[in-house]
Amino acid sequence: MSDIQTWTLVFIVITFGIYITIAWRSRVKETAGFYVAGQGIPTVANGAAVAADWMSAASFISMAGLIAFLGSDGSIYLMGWTGGYVLLALLLAPYLRKWGKFTVPEFVGDRYSEAVRIIAALAAIIVSFTYVVGQMNGGGIVFSRFLGLDITGGVIVAAIIIFAYAVLGGMKGITWTQVAQYTVLIIAYLIPAVAVAQQMTGIPIPQVSFGQILGELDALSQQFGLDAFTDPFSARPQIDVFFVTMSLMVGTAGLPHVIIRFYTTKSVRGARWSAFWALFFISLLYTTAPAVGAFTKLNLLQGVQGVSADELPSWVVNWQQTGLVSVAEGASTIETVSNDATSGADLIVNNDILVLASPEIAGLPAPIIGLVAAGGMAAALSTAAGLLLVISSSFSHDLFFRVVKRKTTDAQQLLAGRVAMGLAVLIAIYFGINPPAFVAQVVAFAFGLAASTFFPILLLGIFWKRANGIGAVCGMVAGLIFTASYMIYTLEVFGTSANDHVLGISPEGIGAIGAVVNLVITVVVSLATRPPSEHVQEMVEEIRYPAARVTSGER
Amino acid sequence: MERTAHENDPGGTSPPGGNGWRQQYWRKNLRLMLVLLIIWFVVSFGFGVLLIEPLNQIEVFGFPLGLWFAQQGSIYTFVILILVYAVRMDRLDDEFGVSERNGDGERL
Repeated sequence: MSDIQTWTLVFIVITFGIYITIAWRSRVKETAGFYVAGQGIPTVANGAAVAADWMSAASFISMAGLIAFLGSDGSIYLMGWTGGYVLLALLLAPYLRKWGKFTVPEFVGDRYSEAVRIIAALAAIIVSFTYVVGQMNGGGIVFSRFLGLDITGGVIVAAIIIFAYAVLGGMKGITWTQVAQYTVLIIAYLIPAVAVAQQMTGIPIPQVSFGQILGELDALSQQFGLDAFTDPFSARPQIDVFFVTMSLMVGTAGLPHVIIRFYTTKSVRGARWSAFWALFFISLLYTTAPAVGAFTKLNLLQGVQGVSADELPSWVVNWQQTGLVSVAEGASTIETVSNDATSGADLIVNNDILVLASPEIAGLPAPIIGLVAAGGMAAALSTAAGLLLVISSSFSHDLFFRVVKRKTTDAQQLLAGRVAMGLAVLIAIYFGINPPAFVAQVVAFAFGLAASTFFPILLLGIFWKRANGIGAVCGMVAGLIFTASYMIYTLEVFGTSANDHVLGISPEGIGAIGAVVNLVITVVVSLATRPPSEHVQEMVEEIRYPAARVTSGER
Repeated sequence: MERTAHENDPGGTSPPGGNGWRQQYWRKNLRLMLVLLIIWFVVSFGFGVLLIEPLNQIEVFGFPLGLWFAQQGSIYTFVILILVYAVRMDRLDDEFGVSERNGDGERL
């Protein structure tokens, strides 16, 4: 076993031990604890939990590499996956918290109708499943790359850990493990980033110092046949950058596993403040990611520049075994570099390498590499657990006990929640090991679906009393069909062939337009039909005020 | 009904009986939200996407300014916007006596 493997194992065992201990200490006995952690989570802790819930294996492992090769256009992910929190904090979170229920479908069920609840529950399950597959697979990949375990074994180990704390502690267990996981993942991300920044510029703040190397990086990138980092719209046309960013923002604000985290705070005020803490914690990683991408790419290009193919740096040889780095046969020196396997460049690197191998590329010691592996694991586990809770609650709370069996006790509901969670884990294991071929496109589906189904009806449900059940059903269905059809039209999925993008808008960017379709249809149909009952309108009125009014004399 | 839709005006439909404060509270909330959302849009979509090319002509600490907004500045702005909203809403809740407090008058 190599040094790196030993250290990886040490960190994985320690962190898993922490997660299991937390799970045991926070096991729950009733549904309120299982679904919303008894609404007793302090704001800063909830902020950290949202951050871990949100930052997935993809954010941790893949994003910096994606940005390194996308350059300026990498901003679609940076802005798209943070800007949604402004929408969430201002438009949704405080009001949904005031409503004070367990799930997102439950809110729309009360606000609109049972039909909307059922559609929303199904959409929540589909969105969360598409997303969880990537997480399970990501966890398996970390195991296989760093410990030499095969992906099947890796996925199963990851699933057992999640199963333990999600089934025992439900939302409460998930919350406190997410707090621990955030701590692990942010430390693992920042240490190598700060070290590399210090090494290359003498300024240990990566966010500030990566500006210093952009000129050099642009020149060297072009020499190796890559786009300049600072050139906008080299990867996507401007209109597409606009719409993809908007879709990711609106999708973020509509993702059920993020929204339900705001149900766990003690108060409406707590929901607002935990949105602030959440984005603060997220921004630590998101503002560092472009710096990691830029520094590591420069390091990488400098490392292979003018070196003959048999004298390449040791990380090239190490990572060649995993298939993430490959050198073209017959190349004597590296003249071209690409992240696209079909490009025929002399050196081909996978995006994930830029984070996974950054400590090695910068010559940092083995314990740090082990820490990065534990960080990647933490990111995958925390997101998977949040998603599994949504699947479990949508299935048991919104579908089973509303449609199949209406009279039950709290103990039965809790048991059903746990069983649903267990089943969801099993299905997730299966797809984690056998990911559908279109797994990458599927993430675009998740955001597009969330943007075009949930966000508009939540927004109208809160801000427009006149919106009614028929309007919401028509709006959701229209948004969904519009978005899904365009995606199927432009992507090669389910055996269809890909057609050209209309007006340069890619399938990732269509969700924003789907959201507008949903909004317009909901408004038009609502206006053409009867307004919701007095009772519903009064509920919408009530959620606007955090507490009953107390005049100063009474306090 | 048409009117309520356009003005987002709950006061029109809520019963009288000293609920005029509700309208005022909600208007102030909406105005704050609108201002913050305009900043949200201008900084991210304005500076980071639509105006990125002209802004890139200006260089600050090695960063072309448009790129800086797209990859750094917009994110800092988002964090500050939510902070401002949370602080201002705490004050607004207090002003109208709708803040959530426990029996001892402490914030929840």
